[in-house]
Amino acid sequence: MEKNADIFRRRKLIYTAVFLAVIVIFAATSWVTEFSLVKGAASFPDAAAWIAENLIPDQEALERLPRILDRLLETALLSVAVTVVAAVFAFFFSLLGSGITRINGVVKRLVRIVAAFFRNVPDVVWAMLLMFSFGQNILTGFFALFFTTFGLLTRAFIETVDEVSASCVEALEATGANFIQLVFQGIIPSSLAGITTWVLYMIETNIRSSTLIGILTATGIGYLFDLYYKRLDFSSASLVILSIVVLVLVIETASNRIRKVVLS
Amino acid sequence: MTDMAAVRPLLPVELEKAVSRSRSGKIRIAAKNKSRLAVNLLIAVLLILTAAAFLTFDYQNIDFAEAVLETLHNIKTVFLEPELSRDTVGGVLYQLLVTFCLGTLSTILGAVLAFFCSLLCARNLAGPVSVNVVKSIIAVVRAVPTVLWVLIFAVSAGLGSVAAVVGLTFHSFAYLTKAYAESIEEIDPGVIEALKANGANYWQIVCQAVVPAAITSMVAWTFMRFEINFANAVAMGAAAGAGGIGFNLFMAGSFYFDLHEMGMLTYIVVIAVVILEAISTKIKAKVK
Repeated sequence: MEKNADIFRRRKLIYTAVFLAVIVIFAATSWVTEFSLVKGAASFPDAAAWIAENLIPDQEALERLPRILDRLLETALLSVAVTVVAAVFAFFFSLLGSGITRINGVVKRLVRIVAAFFRNVPDVVWAMLLMFSFGQNILTGFFALFFTTFGLLTRAFIETVDEVSASCVEALEATGANFIQLVFQGIIPSSLAGITTWVLYMIETNIRSSTLIGILTATGIGYLFDLYYKRLDFSSASLVILSIVVLVLVIETASNRIRKVVLS
Repeated sequence: MTDMAAVRPLLPVELEKAVSRSRSGKIRIAAKNKSRLAVNLLIAVLLILTAAAFLTFDYQNIDFAEAVLETLHNIKTVFLEPELSRDTVGGVLYQLLVTFCLGTLSTILGAVLAFFCSLLCARNLAGPVSVNVVKSIIAVVRAVPTVLWVLIFAVSAGLGSVAAVVGLTFHSFAYLTKAYAESIEEIDPGVIEALKANGANYWQIVCQAVVPAAITSMVAWTFMRFEINFANAVAMGAAAGAGGIGFNLFMAGSFYFDLHEMGMLTYIVVIAVVILEAISTKIKAKVK
């Protein structure tokens, strides 16, 4: 009994300490950024009223629907294309970085560092960098998304391959399979389901990121939003938001369904 | 088929029923199931969409080779010749701190809101109506990109930290609610049942059963979100004028066209992210 009471008292103490620490961190960070919780909370009703008043598509906005849908389709296709191309590259790259293919310790290290580099350089940097050479082109968005997607998927695939294929690869090795056979008969079939769920997730994420990159590089659906927003044509801007929401929800629902079947 | 059967020995009749043979009489060894079919179908659809994307893009007759060469040259300038000329090291580090604080604030606010909301949409704690309503709202909130939330709030609150934090909070809130609800749904139903049988009230169940059981994965999710929020805070500084190091990046890249400066700022961001990742891995390990 004594011991149990001790555990509960310790737990209470830890919770209290964490709670206080969070409050202190909250206060300190608010002070640095000049953020006030009151102001933030107060902006809610204002924003809600403003959204209800302005963010309703009107007749004029609906006339722009074909143009918006055109850009939306472009963005959707862009996200899919980026993710698929990046996934192909990332898969072969991740084989070099995976623990179970055991190619070379140095290569493995190097692959992980390269992946971390591409993952952590912000996509806005890629976007601005590519703006200089590609200009207001769809390829600017393509490559900006490509680099970050490549970095993220490489890490994800390394983990998937390491997790799923270990026993399968061991069995194949015991039968004397060579590297190519190992990859195509062992690793790909066993990790394909995991890989596809990651690809679906990245397609969703890339649609959201491409909006941001579009605003920065004046391409795609992000540019259209920025254009209407800066012209204070909020009803058209709201139609852009709604169309993005519908697209993301459709893709999310579809990929949830697919995931269920694939992982079953 | 008959002459093939002569070459390949037939299995006993009852086994022959269970195997499927190709036209040449070989026994198919790949499992024929729904999952496999779905994956193959998905890959086919994705490849077709990718091909369609490349065929329909408007490339504006860009000189691809020249653009690539220029990109490589710029990449070399950014990553191999970084140099701070406009900002001081102290100034940049302060801006980094601002970005860090924006990420922290929105993570804390998002986590607190998400905790209460996740209680309303975890299947083992809330009723089906509440689960469906909250989950639908969350799905819509999550579907709006963060930058659009920031810009929406910027109209009513003005560009600055308030709009940035509230905008960032919205998305983290939705993300964390879903994650927390999943962690809560995973806990052993027996624990909740035992407390209910003892006559514990709702908050006693939450504090004594739900929180201790789900805290590990909740902390993991929160730190994962914090890393995303830090990256998002950098992006918001660049795309929505939210301040912090992202704004410096934006000014260097899109205003002064100073690639050397951009390189240095990028390195600082990357180093910060790597350090944060290491710290959060340590904390996650400790909570376990």
